[in-house]
Amino acid sequence: MDQEPKNIIDEVTQSEYKYGFFTDIEMDTAPKGLNEDIIRLISTKKNEPDWLLQYRLDAYSKWTRMTEPTWAHLHHPPIDYQDIIYYAAPKPKKELSSLDEVDPELLSTFNKLGISLEEQKRLSGVAVDAVIDSVSVKTTFSATLEKKGILFCSFSEAVQKYPDLVKQYLGSVVPSDDNYFAALNSAVFTDGSFCYIPKGVRCPVELSTYFRINAANTGQFERTLIIGDEGSYVSYMEGCTAPMRDENQLHAAIVEIIALKDAEVKYSTVQNWYPGNKQGEGGIYNFVTKRGICKGNNSKISWTQVETGSAITWKYPSVILMGDNSIGEFYSVAVTNNYQQADTGSKMIHLGKNTRSTIISKGISAGHSNNSYRGLVKMTKRAENGRNFSQCDSLLLGDKCGAHTWPYIKTENKSSIVEHEATTSKISDDQLYYCNQRGISTESAIGLIVNGYAREVLKQLPMEFAVEAQKLLSVSLEGSVG
Amino acid sequence: MEEIAMLNIKDAITEHYHLNLDSIGKVDNPRIAGLRKEAFETFRLLGFPDTKVEKWRNSDLSRVLDRSYTFRVEPEPQNTNARDLFRCEVPGFDTTSVTVLNGWYLNGGKLLTTYDNGLVIGSLRAAFTAFPDLVEKHYGRYADFKSNGLAALNTALAMDGVFIYVPDNVVVEKPVQMVSLINMKEDSMIQLRNLVILGKNSKLTLVQCDDSIDDHRSFINTVSEFYIGENSHLDHYKLQNKNDHSTLINGSWFMIERNANLSSNGISLNGGFIRNESYARLNGSGSHADLLGLYLMDRNQHIDNQVFVDHAVPDCTSNESFKGILDDHASGVFNGHILVRKDAQRTNAYQNNKNILISDKAVIDTKPFLEIYADDVKCSHGATVGQLDAEAMFYLRSRGISFENSRMLLMYAFAADIVNKISIDELRNRIDDLVKKRLRGELSICDQCVLHCNAQEQRVAFNIDMSRI
Repeated sequence: MDQEPKNIIDEVTQSEYKYGFFTDIEMDTAPKGLNEDIIRLISTKKNEPDWLLQYRLDAYSKWTRMTEPTWAHLHHPPIDYQDIIYYAAPKPKKELSSLDEVDPELLSTFNKLGISLEEQKRLSGVAVDAVIDSVSVKTTFSATLEKKGILFCSFSEAVQKYPDLVKQYLGSVVPSDDNYFAALNSAVFTDGSFCYIPKGVRCPVELSTYFRINAANTGQFERTLIIGDEGSYVSYMEGCTAPMRDENQLHAAIVEIIALKDAEVKYSTVQNWYPGNKQGEGGIYNFVTKRGICKGNNSKISWTQVETGSAITWKYPSVILMGDNSIGEFYSVAVTNNYQQADTGSKMIHLGKNTRSTIISKGISAGHSNNSYRGLVKMTKRAENGRNFSQCDSLLLGDKCGAHTWPYIKTENKSSIVEHEATTSKISDDQLYYCNQRGISTESAIGLIVNGYAREVLKQLPMEFAVEAQKLLSVSLEGSVG
Repeated sequence: MEEIAMLNIKDAITEHYHLNLDSIGKVDNPRIAGLRKEAFETFRLLGFPDTKVEKWRNSDLSRVLDRSYTFRVEPEPQNTNARDLFRCEVPGFDTTSVTVLNGWYLNGGKLLTTYDNGLVIGSLRAAFTAFPDLVEKHYGRYADFKSNGLAALNTALAMDGVFIYVPDNVVVEKPVQMVSLINMKEDSMIQLRNLVILGKNSKLTLVQCDDSIDDHRSFINTVSEFYIGENSHLDHYKLQNKNDHSTLINGSWFMIERNANLSSNGISLNGGFIRNESYARLNGSGSHADLLGLYLMDRNQHIDNQVFVDHAVPDCTSNESFKGILDDHASGVFNGHILVRKDAQRTNAYQNNKNILISDKAVIDTKPFLEIYADDVKCSHGATVGQLDAEAMFYLRSRGISFENSRMLLMYAFAADIVNKISIDELRNRIDDLVKKRLRGELSICDQCVLHCNAQEQRVAFNIDMSRI
């Protein structure tokens, strides 16, 4: 492959933050640091009911008594929690009048990822004409949802409009003292998404944050709550494949999913936040708690994730299989390059009878990165005839990176079957030679092989994501092969 | 309550250490004396591991530390005849047998025996004075106690154990059998320490048996260090058949040099609380380690296998396979860890753990863990927990084989994978018999332990008409 695009990628991922958003300190910003007053301030600013304030304060008091976990295979300088601004009203983006004003390097990355012109405009902050597609899409989209009775809005809006639902389900899957970062989020979360699918409704479109324009800048402590009522179905997409340039270094989000009887929720993520530069400086620390509960019988929750960004990823999307015959799935591709560190995996807690779960995790490490899979499969006494299959493969590109697998399996009954298998290997020289011989450059060959390797997971992604995700894999690994 | 008891036992150990340090460390050279001191400090800091320690989260030692144990600094009288106490005879299996009674090497007063081919077997304590150079070179060099409270405790307090030295270019034809027995009239805590050294181009087969002969509670904390020199081969078998009240901590550290080969096979048939920790360091290229294990536990027994394989250099291979059957309230833990260090290229490592749970009360925790920092490697692992194959069961039943027999046959077939790897025919047959008896529920330890004494000439067979299958 020619040198130019390679340089562009390098520069895009390494260059200083220089376009797009601007920071206006005069805005509605709380002072640095975290204490009860800040939490009260957040709550007041958002005009929250008292119970939510109490929930936050309670979480804060638990957080102060907790210590940061150190068990993950991650190394980073200590985080100063008092050096963070916990509340800033959404900053207005500087609107550009056309794509010509956008950094050409960024555009080149977009093109490489195959992002449509309209989306490129939206992502780079170009003002979108009210008549053109995306807005009209949004309007028809909202109308469709409304007709079906689907509630889809920002979390703050939900607190005002549907306080009962929020109160009933908030913290019911991830309790505020679940872990250090969950407690922090529970205390200071600012916004996020809320989604409720009524009984028997099958959401006709893929719900995506893309359509919820006002939530584009939800900040670092995001809170998502998805409720699938009896017999409903929804496919939800988070994130996007375009490089996200975010100023907040620490991200601690919570996603809670509740699937009632016969409901199915499919959650897909593509995460491509700033991974830091080639020397491993900077980059996002991403500490996320994602958990779903199959509360009713025959319900299903499926997580699919493509993780290519962030300097540090600490994330274990989990499913609690409470209802009988419920199903949990986890499909993941995690790519780390340069000095990125990922410690990710899944937890499947089988409580109900005849519950089934599948874990497919594909890790790819390059450069000096470390990529770990950490998972737990637990079959409790009650989970008769539980079934789990886990497969965790790691691919190593280069001799400076690491790939690790920590599967925990606990079985407490005699009728469950748990299988785990994992392999670690590199791309064989034979495969590369074969491709080279047929005129495919080493870089393209690696892209090809990696995509084949990750195919099992990528095919789980909704169409909107799948094509971009494939390209993203190749882009993320560019320059990783000497 | 437990907290207090655990404190008490630590206090008792501290008191024992200070009171008896002179006799414990009587024959120490300055380095070993220093090691003891350092180890004791480490133990004082770490104490007994509790379930908050990651490697112990599923093995709760407090259940055996809630009582007091006695410590012993006096050697066993050498006129005790181990044969009167216990015989572990494998038909047709000719071995050089040595006995350790209550942590002391026992051989009618002869503490070190040098054989014609130069092989030395004897008491470790005696070797401290007789072979100072070998002890200096190897003792305490491999068993790392820095983060291991029990290894630290052993290093601080151990007084005796078995010492085996195979000189360069010596192939020991006759397997060495090492039987560790406990026969105390009271509940005792014993620190046993073994050192096995294989010179270059040598070969040794070692059978390490742990048995109880009475029904008293005991806590044995063993540390064994093995040095396997270049091009050498160690065939190591561990047989564990203890009473339900015994606690056995068995730490083995293997240092494997260039082109050397370790084959370790641990069979745990019975025991109250067994924890096997194996640390194999592949320290020279071309070396290979096979670590196999089989555990058959029932009642309230607990088995914990911790296996750490350290690929420190390129071009080494390792293979781990552990299988277990758990019945009643038994609990099992498997914790495998393969570390492939930077630049340990062309490593080939395999790890697998398969379990069968027979009862709804049995629990298994398994964690096969890979930690890899080199890219040109082939590493894989697998773990399964399941039951006997329903279709196979149906097949057997449909041919008129009783439920019990079918079940036994399938369990036996499951265990056979490991048993068949034993390369000495006589020993394999013997273990095969023990496994069969164990599966039939005939193998239980009673006060008098009749198990081994009436060594049968006849092989144990299932009462199944094979012609029907």
